[in-house]
This record gives sequence, structure tokens and C-alpha cells, in this order.
Amino acid sequence: MNGEWLDIGPLDQLPAMGARTLPVRGGDEIAIFRTANGQVYALVNKCPHKQGPLSQGIVHDTSVTCPLHNWRISLVSGKALGEDEGCVPTIPVKVDGGRMFLKRDAVMASVREAA
Amino acid sequence: MLSPTPRPHLIVIGNGMAGCRAVEEILERDASRFRITIFGAEPRVNYNRIMLSPLLAGEKSFEDIIINGQEWYDDHGINLVAGDPVVAIDRASKTVTSRSGRVESYDKLILATGSDPFIIPVPGNDLQGVISFRDMDDVGSMLRAASGGGDAVVIGGGLLGLEAAHGLSLRGMKVTVIHLMNTLMERQLDEAAGWLLKTELEKRGQQILTTADTAEIYGEGKVEGVRLKDGREIPASIVVMAVGIRPNVKLARDAGLAIGRGIHVDDHLVTSDADILSVGECVEHSGQVYGLVAPIWDMCRSLADGLVAEPSGYTGSVTSTKLKVSGIDVFSAGDFSGGDGCEDIVMRDASRGVYKRVIVKEDKVVGAVLYGDTADGNWYFDLLKKQEDVSEIRDALIFGQAFASGGGAGASPFDAVAAMADEAEICGCNGVSKGKVVACIKGGAHDLDAVRSGCKASASCGQCTGLVENLLALTLGDEFAGERQVKPMCKCTSFTHEDVRKAIVEKELKSIPAVMQAQHWTTPDGCASCRPALNYYLLCAWPGEAVDDQQSRFTNERMHANIQKDGTYSVVPRMWGGVTTPNELRAIADAADKYGARMVKVTGGQRLDLFGIKKEDLPAIWADLNAAGMVSGHAYGKALRTVKTCVGSEWCRFGTQDSTGLGIKTEQMTWGSWMPHKFKIAVSGCPRNCAEATIKDFGVICVDSGYELLVGGNGGIHLRGTDLLCKVATEEEALLYCAAFIQLYREEARYLDRTAPWIERVGMDYVKSRIVEDAEGRKALAERFAYSQSIYQIDPWAKRAAGEDAKLHQHLAEVRPFAGVAA
Ligand code: SRM
Ligand SMILES: Cc1cc2nc3c(=O)[nH]c(=O)nc-3n(C[C@H](O)[C@H](O)[C@H](O)COP(=O)(O)OP(=O)(O)OC[C@H]3O[C@@H](n4cnc5c(N)ncnc54)[C@H](O)[C@@H]3O)c2cc1C
Ligand code: SF4
Ligand code: FES
Repeated sequence: MNGEWLDIGPLDQLPAMGARTLPVRGGDEIAIFRTANGQVYALVNKCPHKQGPLSQGIVHDTSVTCPLHNWRISLVSGKALGEDEGCVPTIPVKVDGGRMFLKRDAVMASVREAA
Repeated sequence: MLSPTPRPHLIVIGNGMAGCRAVEEILERDASRFRITIFGAEPRVNYNRIMLSPLLAGEKSFEDIIINGQEWYDDHGINLVAGDPVVAIDRASKTVTSRSGRVESYDKLILATGSDPFIIPVPGNDLQGVISFRDMDDVGSMLRAASGGGDAVVIGGGLLGLEAAHGLSLRGMKVTVIHLMNTLMERQLDEAAGWLLKTELEKRGQQILTTADTAEIYGEGKVEGVRLKDGREIPASIVVMAVGIRPNVKLARDAGLAIGRGIHVDDHLVTSDADILSVGECVEHSGQVYGLVAPIWDMCRSLADGLVAEPSGYTGSVTSTKLKVSGIDVFSAGDFSGGDGCEDIVMRDASRGVYKRVIVKEDKVVGAVLYGDTADGNWYFDLLKKQEDVSEIRDALIFGQAFASGGGAGASPFDAVAAMADEAEICGCNGVSKGKVVACIKGGAHDLDAVRSGCKASASCGQCTGLVENLLALTLGDEFAGERQVKPMCKCTSFTHEDVRKAIVEKELKSIPAVMQAQHWTTPDGCASCRPALNYYLLCAWPGEAVDDQQSRFTNERMHANIQKDGTYSVVPRMWGGVTTPNELRAIADAADKYGARMVKVTGGQRLDLFGIKKEDLPAIWADLNAAGMVSGHAYGKALRTVKTCVGSEWCRFGTQDSTGLGIKTEQMTWGSWMPHKFKIAVSGCPRNCAEATIKDFGVICVDSGYELLVGGNGGIHLRGTDLLCKVATEEEALLYCAAFIQLYREEARYLDRTAPWIERVGMDYVKSRIVEDAEGRKALAERFAYSQSIYQIDPWAKRAAGEDAKLHQHLAEVRPFAGVAA
């Protein structure tokens, strides 16, 4: 494993059309999503509206509907879709050999800001 | 043939698809440039690997699939060393050594070693009878095994696995496919198409297990079966491993060439050593590795151009896939993952079993998935490769090439419809021609519903709705309002809630993808509005048969607790009829302390709410509450919430009946049932109505002579007092009418309609006709409710506390920045 990517575990730990969370000590929690087609995306787990936990939303196509007030957020860009405006940071993901990896500097972005 | 002057020696390692094609391309450009030697690990001439599938299925023989027979090698003076793989390359001395010890020196070397099948690392993967699907020898092993009949397991539901499964089942084996993901061919197909494929294969007798993870292959000395991680065992005499391939880079790595996932090559297929080229599945070009032949043909052209002619340069390939299973047409190309700026155009034709989805981004086709009718696959693929602007034909695109170009230059859907002959059929289900539809519209049918009832067009499957709407617009011009009177369920479909519920029952649809296909959903997997509705409709129509889809539930129902604005949850244990005991109160107090509840509140529903519980702590707090005899209060669900009671005749000087006791009995009968929306009940002991029964979905007011049953109250956003349903004499009758009323509401109301708006719509007369006037029907409704309750009246907390769906509550991992590890 090289330093650029963080191994966060096997893909089968992530339910299709579902999400799980990855707390980052001293930084923002990350939500990892898997779509019906098996693609994996990661966002900071905070809705741009009022910080709702996106990991708890309903995943459909490549978006998630926030559980608090139904904003629809793109998993690809982190942008609010439709009428709403706002954006949440995305974290690059790669899947290799059945394991998921997150881009380390994106994971750490909020930690560095805080430090 | 051979020229006398010494020519440079070209050695090709790999006598497969890429190696031989590269040689063909070179010979075509300059037949006499090189003296050529080809080493092949397989003891045979060059054959078409992709035809191994029809070979296995018995549709072809080996002779049929040979690409270059021995005479081709002879005619071109090519020295074929078959059955003797190269084991080492010495770049310093520019020689290769074969397993038999043969050493040959080269001027130019081409590595075309293909891929190795990936073998999953589970116990038993080396047992006799575990076969991969890559070459002739593998097919031989499968055919030998199949000759005895018996059971086969194929691990992997991708292209290769499904072709293997098809072949083996045609050869008489009973085949089970084990696939890790939840849809087949998930890299080529979306959920909808994957589901159609699965259904079709099951119809053909294969058993398809999705989200199935292999734990081990068991057997004494040879394969006897496969055990899954969930404990299931599938007996098998052979196991075909078709989970993927890995570029074969061993020789290149040992020789010190630059490699990544594959052997690194530049645009001319040259590796990090200028005298060594590489082509085929073993290479990585611009970060891409390929597993199909089309890119290989492109690569071989560029390789030959660079080596013996004008360098052209390879710039990567866009690929498309077809499944070679007779009678099942599947096509996919490009990127179907969607995303920003992508627009899905979906068409489903349930009667023909067709699903088409074209993904358009910035006026260009970026992907296509076709099932059932793949005739236009190549057309979409062409539009995609050429990056053509499709804005002009956008509206007609999904109907295919013939239709899109049929309307002439403009090709708008109006033009296309206008150009249709009067006899042309619009509605296939009911055989309605364009002429008839137009006549119907001219006769006064000015909206879709009027056309549907007037001439039946688009009244069945609905697939021609778009055409009918275009005809309305065309015929009426400005008079056409465009809007339908009846609102569809959501933007994913043109059908109403009622249409969909009816179809679920009549067509016996038992899963979400089945409904989406049958009812022509225009999105690949629905939205946050229709998925929960469909999930409920299915559970209601097919109790015990439909599988509850957790991912189609709102978070509260998935987590069995109410999400709060800060992302924590509130926990409300059931308190039957609002009655509690010191023991329950003690357990609630202990739980509040132990899990740090930041507030304990008496709710408006007569019970206690613990606020601020962490997602991770939920199973533990539930276990503690369960231990004290409490179950989930469903304060989070579209379900029975509370039954409020007053003290009644037990204590109250005005009480006429045991309202507390009846409330508890009612709650015990109805708790746990899923509903279109939340459902609240109250039982008051006299008309003073201390339990506020007149604003509940179902209310009871006890009087001296019996029980007044009230329905359709709502204390929420729009205050609505109840209507009197009827008066009954006994508790038994009160319970029976309650069950029947709930079931009627469950079966007929739209998802997210409380009883109040539902009754406003259907009218009290209708409700009375079903519950009060029809004794048989009342009994039948109550029985259906009881049956549903026999399945769904379970405490979801107990299951979770016992470990079910533990993943939902746990973090995947935690990042501790300074230690720098993810655990
Ligand atoms: C906890 C409680 C308030 C309290 O502190 O007392 C409450 C809390 C919420 N109510 Fe309520 N309602 C509570 C009793 C009521 C009542 C009174 C009653 O049941 O007698 C009403 C009016 C009666 C009725 O429903 O007709 C009531 C009418 C609503 C409505 C409006 C419903 C409507 O048909 O218009 C909503 C919104 C909705 O459901 O869409 C709502 C929604 C909510 C939600 C679920 C808001 C949300 O979506 O997050 C609140 C959840 C808080 C939480 O996290 O627990 N709550 N809510 C009560 C829980 C009762 C229980 O024990 O289960
Ligand atoms: C059953 C099946 C069905 C398929 N169906 C399709 C399809 O429908 N459409 C599609 O586009 N693709 C399909 N494919 C994929 C396609 O066959 C491959 O993409 C293609 O064969 C790759 O060509 P290649 O030359 O890179 O590898 P190969 O064709 O595998 O050739 C590599 C050759 O190199 C030999 N070799 C390896 N190491 C050495 C060594 N050290 N010394 C000497 N020789 C060596 C191997 O034995 C092999 O013969 C299918 C594949 C299979 C197995
Ligand atoms: S009344 Fe409004 S604020 Fe109060 S609990 Fe109900 S939904 Fe929340
Ligand atoms: S916090 Fe996500 S929609 Fe309001």
C-alpha cells in the first residue's frame, strides 16, 4: 500500500444502494456510498443544507437524498441537485482487488484545516 | 519463399488473439521484413478464444473456431513453437529461453501473453474439479465433467461466468451461479437490465444467487460443493471460477520492464525497452487495461504501423459488450454510471421484455444499456464513438435509428408522429391505430385520460403514452393543456399510485425491479419518492413473499429510531396504552443514564422518548430495553404509532367501559404493521374524550351501550375531526372493525396519505360500504390483516439487538491521522 491511498477495507462491507461511515479523528466524518451499479463514492458526511448525515439517506442512481429535508446531493460532484444550491467535498475513491481506497490528502483535508 | 539475406528476427510470445493478429498486421504491411517465431504455451494453432463459449455450448466445433491453421504458419515461413512456453527473457543478450531449454535470440520481441484467470483465495480452490474458463484445455475439462451430468457451480456472474453457465446447462448440468454483487454483469449492465437477465436465466432453470460470497470449496480430494459465508451449501461436482482476469505480466516483471496493472506501453505499443513491444490483454495503456478483443484489433494496427510503416499511434478504445447466450440479447457500451449533467432516457416495454437506456451528456451519447432489443446497439455505439451531437434527434433517440431518422431533417417527435400513416399502430396492447386515436381526440377527448377511456390507447401498458400525448398536441394545437388530471406517482413513471398498486396484484409483481419493468419506469432505479412507496406496496400485497428492501426505506425505518437534527437518534419504547410499571420506568432510567440520553421527554403519544442516542449504541440500548420486556414503539415508522387511552371505568367516575384495557388490546393487535403513513388510535372512556379520540385515524368513544367507532381524524397540519363509522356493542366487534378498517386503508390508500386525505378522496360512504355494510368483506379484510400481522408483528429491535444488520450501526473504519492508519 502506498501512502497516497488509504485502504479502508473490503468492498463487501458496503451494501449496494447503501452507505457506511468513516470517522476521521480531528476532522470531518466521511460517508462512503455504493450505487446499484456497484460504483463507490465518498463525500464528507454533512449535507450542505443543515449538516444532515448524508450516509443515512436513500441512494438512487448516482445521488443521495438527505434524510433531514430531502435535498438531493450528487455523489459524483457533491453538488446539490435541482433547485437547491450547495456543495459538499468529495473524496476520490478507487477499488482494487476487492478493497476500497480513499485519497489520503482529501481525507485529511479537514484535519489540516483544523490544525 | 524465404529470402536468402538474413532478416531481423521477430519473436512473439503468445500464440493467442493479439499475438497472431499483430503478426497478420505486420505481414500485411511488409511480408518480408522479419523472420518470425511464435512461442505458444498452448499445444495448438491460433484459435478464436471468444468462440470457446459457443464451443462449450455445443454450437461450434474446434475446427470452426481456428483462425490460422498450420498452413498459415507454413505459407509465411513462421516458426510456431507450440506447447513450449517461454520462461525467461534476457534483455542484455536479447534472448528468450523456453521451458524445454530452447534459446532464441531476437531483434524485436512482442509480448502477447494475455491474462490469467483470477482464482479467489478461499480454502479448497486447488481441489480437483475447480476449473477456470480461459482456454481449450479448460473447455475439455468442463465437457468431461458435464458428460456425467450432475451439479455445477459457476463463481462469477459476469460475461464469462454466464457464458460458462449457459454452456454447462445446455450440456445437461444443473447450474448454480454465485455472484458477489447484487446484480449480474454489474460492470456492463445497470440494475434494471441485470434483473431482467437474472429472471430470464432463472426461467431457463439456472439458479442465480446474488450478493453471495463464497467462504470455501469443500470436498475430499475433489470438489463436492461450495459453502457460502451465510452458511448455505451448494453441492457440485465441478466449480468454474470466472471472477475476473489479471494481465499476465510475469515474464515482463522478471525481465525488469516497467509494469503497473499491465505491461506499460506507449502509443506505439513499445514497452520501456525499445526493442520489446507488447499487445493485448497483458498491456496497460494510459492507465487502461482491456479484456475484450475490439481494443486489441486497434492496438495491433498501431503496433504494425509503428514497427514497419508510418507510426499512427494508439489512443485508447471505447468498448461495447454483448452476451453470447442464444436467445438473450444484451448490449452495453460506454459509461452508464450517470452523474452530473447526465440525462437518462429510459424506455421499457414489458410485453416484449425490452429495456433500453441511453445516457446523454452535453448533447452526446455517453452510454447505452439495451436488453431484449439490441438492434440499435451499434447505432448508439457509433453515435458514442463519433461523439455526435444528438440534440436534434434527442426526443426520438430512444425509439431507435429508424424512428429518429424517419421524421426527416427535423426529426422532432411531432414530425415523426405526423409522418406516420393513419393505419400505423400507436397502441400495441389494444391495437389502436393513429387514425382511431386522432378520431377519438377530434371527438372530444382532450386529455390523456379521456383518450385512454375513449379508445383504449395507452390504457394498458402505457408505453405509447408519449406518442398519444404528441398526437394530442398535434391535433389540438394550443388547446392541448398538456397536463394530466391524474397525477402520476412521481417523475419516474406516468402511472398513478392506484395504477401501480393494481398492477402489483394483477400481474403478480413481487420485487421493485419487476414493478419498474412492468410499469415502464423512466429512471434506472427510481427515486427517493417512489422506492419507499413501492417497497410498502409490495410488502402489503405479498406479505411474507416480497423481500423488504432496506435501501428503499427512509433512514428512520432503516434504523428503527428517529433521526435528530444533529444526526443522533431518539428511542421510544412501546408503552401499551400509555400504561407503565415501576420496572419499566427503572429500565428506561437506567438506559437513559447508561447511553447518555440528553433528554427524557413524555411524548404527545403517552410514552417516554430518550433523545440523543448514538447510532452505534442503538443495538445495545435496545437489548437493555428488551431485557426489561419492552419492544419498539415504532415512533419512527409509517406504521401503527400509539394507542392513547384514558383511565376509563377502572378508575374514573364517568367511565363507561374499560377504555384502558380495550386500548391495550387494540395496540397488541395492531403494533408492528406497516402502513401507507403513520396510524394513530385512541380509546376514550366516555364522550368527555380525554384521550382525544376524535382526531385519531381510528378512535373509540365508549358509551353505556357500547362503542362508537370513529375514523379519519387528524390533529396534524390540517386539523380534521373524525367521522362516525358506526356503533358496535362489544369489544370483539370493535377490534374486528378496527382490523378491517386498517386493512382497507393499507390496501387502498396512496403511500404517504394519512387516513384523513384518503377518506376525503374516497368518501365515507365508500368506507362504510366496505366495513359496515359488507359483513363478508369485513371479515375477509380482518383476516388478511391478521395474516399480515402473523408475519410482520415482530420486534425489529430484538432482531437488531441480536446482531442482524450490525453493519448499519457500525462505522466502516476509523481514520486516526497521526498514527496514519485506517483500522
Ligand atoms: C415525539 C413527539 C412530540 C412530543 O414530544 O410529544 C412527536 C415528534 C415528531 N413528530 Fe409528531 N410527535 C408526537 C406526537 C404527535 C401528535 C400527537 C398525537 O399523536 O396525539 C401529532 C398530531 C396528531 C396527528 O398525528 O394527527 C403529531 C403530528 C405530527 C405531524 C403532522 C401529521 C399530519 O398528518 O399532518 C408530523 C409530520 C409528518 O408526519 O409528516 C409529525 C412528525 C413528527 C416528527 C417525526 C418529525 C420528524 O419527521 O422528525 C417528530 C419526531 C421527533 C423525534 O425525533 O422523536 N408529527 N405528532 C410525539 C411522539 C408521539 C409518540 O409517542 O409516538
Ligand atoms: C470464453 C471466453 C469468451 C470471450 N468472449 C469474448 C467476447 O464475446 N467478446 C470479446 O471482445 N472478448 C471476449 N473474450 C475475451 C477475449 O478472448 C480476449 O480479450 C482475447 O483473447 C485477449 O487476447 P490476448 O492475445 O491478449 O490473450 P490470449 O488470447 O489469451 O492469448 C495469450 C496467449 O499467450 C499464451 N501465453 C501466455 N504466457 C506465455 C508464455 N510465457 N509463453 C508462450 N505463450 C504464452 C497463452 O497460452 C495464450 O494462448 C472472451 C474470452 C473468453 C475466455
Ligand atoms: S411539533 Fe414540530 S417541532 Fe415539535 S416535535 Fe412535532 S415536528 Fe418537531
Ligand atoms: S440537512 Fe440535508 S436537506 Fe436539510
